[in-house]
Amino acid sequence: MSKRIFITGTGIISAIGNNVSEVFASLKAATSGIGEITLFSTVHAGIIPVAEVKMTSEQLLDCVGFHGSHEFTRTSLLGMIAAREAIEAAGITDIGSCKTGLLSANSVGGMNRSEWFYKEFLEDQATGRLRDIVNHDCGDSTERIARFTGIKDFISTISTACSSSANTIMFGADLIKSGKLDRVIAGGTDSITKFTLNGFNTLMILDKNGCRPFDENRAGLTLGEGAAYVVLESEEVIVKEGKTPLAELTGYGNANDAYHQTASSPEGTGAYMAMKKALEKGRLPASEIDYINVHGTGTENNDLSEGLALERIFGDQTPPFSSTKTYTGHALGAAGAVEAVISILSIQHEMIFPNLNWSTPMKELKIRPVIEVRKGMRIAHALSNSFGFGGNNSAVIVSNCG
Amino acid sequence: MARKTIYINGSGCLSPQSTLGNQHFLERPVSVESNRLKAIDPNYKEFVPPEMVRRMGRIIKMGVAAAKTCLADAVESTADMIITATGLGCIEDTEKFLGKMIRDNEEFLTPTAFIQSTHNTVNAQIALLIKCYGYNFTYVHRGFSFETAILDSLIQLQGGAANHVLLGCADELTNNSFQIQYRMGFWRKQPVDNLLLFEHPAKGAIAGEGAAFFLLGNKKTPTSYALLKDVATLFNPASSSDIQTWIHAFLRENELEIQDLDLVISGKTGDSRFDHIYDEVFESTLPGIPTCLFKHLCGEYMTATGFAAWLAARILKQQEIPEATLPHGIPEELKHMLIYNHYQGINHSMILLSQV
Repeated sequence: MSKRIFITGTGIISAIGNNVSEVFASLKAATSGIGEITLFSTVHAGIIPVAEVKMTSEQLLDCVGFHGSHEFTRTSLLGMIAAREAIEAAGITDIGSCKTGLLSANSVGGMNRSEWFYKEFLEDQATGRLRDIVNHDCGDSTERIARFTGIKDFISTISTACSSSANTIMFGADLIKSGKLDRVIAGGTDSITKFTLNGFNTLMILDKNGCRPFDENRAGLTLGEGAAYVVLESEEVIVKEGKTPLAELTGYGNANDAYHQTASSPEGTGAYMAMKKALEKGRLPASEIDYINVHGTGTENNDLSEGLALERIFGDQTPPFSSTKTYTGHALGAAGAVEAVISILSIQHEMIFPNLNWSTPMKELKIRPVIEVRKGMRIAHALSNSFGFGGNNSAVIVSNCG
Repeated sequence: MARKTIYINGSGCLSPQSTLGNQHFLERPVSVESNRLKAIDPNYKEFVPPEMVRRMGRIIKMGVAAAKTCLADAVESTADMIITATGLGCIEDTEKFLGKMIRDNEEFLTPTAFIQSTHNTVNAQIALLIKCYGYNFTYVHRGFSFETAILDSLIQLQGGAANHVLLGCADELTNNSFQIQYRMGFWRKQPVDNLLLFEHPAKGAIAGEGAAFFLLGNKKTPTSYALLKDVATLFNPASSSDIQTWIHAFLRENELEIQDLDLVISGKTGDSRFDHIYDEVFESTLPGIPTCLFKHLCGEYMTATGFAAWLAARILKQQEIPEATLPHGIPEELKHMLIYNHYQGINHSMILLSQV
């Protein structure tokens, strides 16, 4: 049974690039993907910015060779593209060469097309195209990705709001450690929908200026979309196939705040517990963490409670941290995996990517985010936080194994 | 490494049958002439703080009622972790928010329905009510949702990460979701007496809903029902021989022979387009093993195996098979039970339970 879990491949599509190398180029150039809404018509267009993947769903279809098909949701297509990249990057030519699973996350399934369906269905229950609603459930995109990539041995889907895809990485690791599987493709996918845009808008947590995490004048988050996957493999597979991993997954933890359905506890108890569990699992003292990719949504509540939790764990020694949601937006069910992939890029390239849009320190905190690209930063261990509705708090630690 | 023994030490099942009180055991099954079965709503004020009852979505209340019943049923009523499953999540709140957004052109919206529409709301609300700060996962994969939640629970308990796991599932049926799935051809065109469902095979199942919760532990207690031994899933098998191979491998891993199975709970739905898969599996792989049925009692939904697990746990505890489950064949003893289910022929699953 494998005690160690290695990451051998990554794949990503987000507002700042359609693959890992494009995403890296944007991160290095400090180019954000936040802009105006173009995907659908909405009363919020031109007022609330979002971070869209810069391809239409038709273009995404072409990327996976299903030109003109009506079968796939945008969520599925994003997932298929990122999962394929991760598998190729891991040098996997035969997906069936060892017991392989797919764990994918999302928050609202095929909601963007359910919106089309309901528009007609609400008028008359006999109308609305069924093809727009058959993909509504969260499992749909996972099955599409499994069929597209040939994964058969195990598939499942997690939905725990904004921590969803961090949780697929955790359960993926546990599946390998328990001996059930040798390899897991773990991550998530989500597309921007009118439903989520309006939902977050009712909570009054969408910043009209684009998110400004850890800034005193922050006014909310910016929704994003995308997909990201990591290939987790057991030590045995690495040895047998003579692979050089990108990173090692050393720690992970999930805890529940049990404070409020949407708000974090003021002192960040859940965030603190999740980070503490991740450090314990990785048998790492807090001082070993060299970089934190924070959850940092830019809401008043998150950044304060996360900041306090960081100060509680790291004290005066808080390592450099940044929220890369200033580039990618908050990709909800995909966010945890998007940020795990970015953390791995930081380790690989010895580079910390900045928390953009920052100018004023928060008065409650002593700590400040990194606001410029920092090169030559040797990162042995990077911590990535993902917190969600329902008090769901997750932290994963990826480590340099080079 | 020898696997630790995992016990089901408490249960709570809210269903279209009067199962919630854990009182009589399906002695007087509910009979309805319909193509859908509605879960019996208890007085939710017994489970949810009164100020929350009105605002809370129905599926959340269903989940909370089943979870609290389960905890009250056990001796040690604490959980270190909560692991849940739902196929379609909180559809009532999803429809409420979506409908209002479309009708009022994105204006005058309020957040409650949106907040509650999140798929992990049932789990989160239970955590909030019982102050459980531990691991909190929700699986949402069609006919694998509850099965993955079981697998995760077993891994956490066997790995020593928890001593008590609250495992559960919930799915609700709304008028709209029923209507949409009816148009997709999921449900019977004509109403049928649910207790006579299998005497009238036709296209379509009868729709159902429910919530089932289990308190799992690594120690036997006076309230222990059964051992939760193992679970397996199979995605989109190419042929019935794939299913056969999968069943044999599963039993071998659990050091059991086919003949060791005393009773198999079958996920038959009464849908003639899919039930032949069960018939083939039973004939080829499980010949002569006594069987019983449950979907005429709870209807078909993505986490219906939660009802079956509750049924199996009680059968093993009481050493009695209710007549309402239409048993076929008489087992000599009730030591090992298997639940075999498939959702739409794509998501096949097995859950193995044994006598304490």
